[in-house]
Amino acid sequence: MAESHGGAKGPAAGAHTEADGGHHGGGFPPFESSTFASQLVSLAIFFVLLYVIVSKLALPKVGGAIEARQNKIEGDLTEAQTLKDQSEAALKAYEGELASARTRAQAIGNESRDKANAQAEAERKALEEQLAAKLAEAEKTIASTRTTAMSNVRGIAADAAGQIVQQLTGVVPDVASVNAAVDASLKG
Amino acid sequence: MKIDPIHQFNIEPLFTLGHIGNHTIAFTNSSLYMLVAVAIISILMLASGTQLVPGRLQSVAEISYEFVASTIRSTAGAEGMKFFPLIFSLFMFICVSNLVGIIPYTFTVSSHLIVTVGLALLVFFTVLIYGVAKNGLKFFSIFVPHGVPGYILPLVMFIEILSFFLRPVSHSIRLFANMLAGHIALKVFAGFVAMLGFSLGAIGWVGGVLPLALTIALYALEILVAFLQAYVFAILTCIYLNDAIHPGH
Repeated sequence: MAESHGGAKGPAAGAHTEADGGHHGGGFPPFESSTFASQLVSLAIFFVLLYVIVSKLALPKVGGAIEARQNKIEGDLTEAQTLKDQSEAALKAYEGELASARTRAQAIGNESRDKANAQAEAERKALEEQLAAKLAEAEKTIASTRTTAMSNVRGIAADAAGQIVQQLTGVVPDVASVNAAVDASLKG
Repeated sequence: MKIDPIHQFNIEPLFTLGHIGNHTIAFTNSSLYMLVAVAIISILMLASGTQLVPGRLQSVAEISYEFVASTIRSTAGAEGMKFFPLIFSLFMFICVSNLVGIIPYTFTVSSHLIVTVGLALLVFFTVLIYGVAKNGLKFFSIFVPHGVPGYILPLVMFIEILSFFLRPVSHSIRLFANMLAGHIALKVFAGFVAMLGFSLGAIGWVGGVLPLALTIALYALEILVAFLQAYVFAILTCIYLNDAIHPGH
C-alpha cells in the first residue's frame, strides 16, 4: 500500500492516479496542511454547537429524568415503609383484640356453663323430689291395695273353708270358729 | 484492481464558506460528518423522552449520561462534575464519529490529526487556564512531586514539565493513530478479497475466504476500538483535569 501511494508523483503512476482522482497533489491526506484551516473551523463550529446543545439542553433534560426517577423511587420506598409500619401496627392491634376477645369468650363460656350446670342441678333435684313423692305415693297405694287384697283373701278363705266343711260334713260351721281357724292357718 | 487504503481519508471540499487570510475555508466531507455526529447526539439526547420507565432510546441516553458521570466522579472527584458538559461532549463526539466512520463509504472525522490535535489542545488549555485561575502559582506544584531527594529534584521536575507539555501530543496521536491504522488495515484486508477474486478467478474467490474472515474479525475489533478510544480520550481528560482541580496530589 505504501508503494501504491508513494509513487503517485512518479513517472510510473499512470495506473492509479485515477484512484487518487482530482485530489490535492496526492499527499497523505491527514498531513495535508491546506485542509487544516477548513477542518479546524468546522471543528470549532460544530464542537461549540455540540457543547451548547449538551450543556444547555441535553444534560439538564436527561439528568432531570434520572433525578425524577430517583426521587420517585425514594418516595415510593418511604411510602411502602410507612404502609408496612401501618399494616404491622394493625396486625398487632388485631392480635391484641383477638387475645382479649378470646379471654372474654372464655369467661362468658365459663359463666354460662356454670349457670347451665346450676340450672340442670336444680331441675334434677326438683325432678328427683317429684319422683320420690310419686314413688312414696305409689308405695302407699300398693300397701293399701295389698292390705285390702289380704283382707279379701281372708274372707274368701273363710268362705271357702265354710263351704268345704259343709260339703264334707253337711253341717254349716260356726262363722266365728271358721274365721279363727283361717286366721290361725294364715299366721302359721 | 488496486488497493488504495488512503483514499478514504481524502478531504473533499463540498462548498466554500469564506477566506481567512490565504486560507480557503470550505465545508468539507469532514464538516459534514461532524454535523452528522452532532445531529445524532442531539437526537439521541433530546428526542428520547423523559419517561419514568425508559424506552430503548432513552435508556441509551441515560446510560451514556451515567457512564460519563461515573467516570468523572471516580477519576476527578465530585468537583470534576463542573466539566461534565465538556467531557460528555468530547466523549460523545469522538464515540459517535468513530462509530459512524466505521460504516463503509463514510468518513472518519477523528482519523485526521488536526481534529484530534484541536480537541487535545482544547483539553490542554482548559487544564492550564482553569488550574492557574483556581490555584494560582500553586498549580505548578504538580511539577514537584513529594518525597523526592533534593539532588534528583531538578531532573524529576524537568521530566514532569516535559511530560506535561507532551500530553496533548500523546493525547491526540493516540486517537488519530488508532483510527487511521484500523481503517487502513480494514481497507487492505477487504481489498485483498476483491483483488484475489478479480485476478485469480474461482480459486481467488475461494482463497478470499481467509482475508474475508479476517476483515470481519477486524471489523468487530474496530467497533470496540471506536468506543474504547473515545473512552480513553475522556478518561485522560478527567485525569488531566484532576491535576487542575487537586494540584496537591
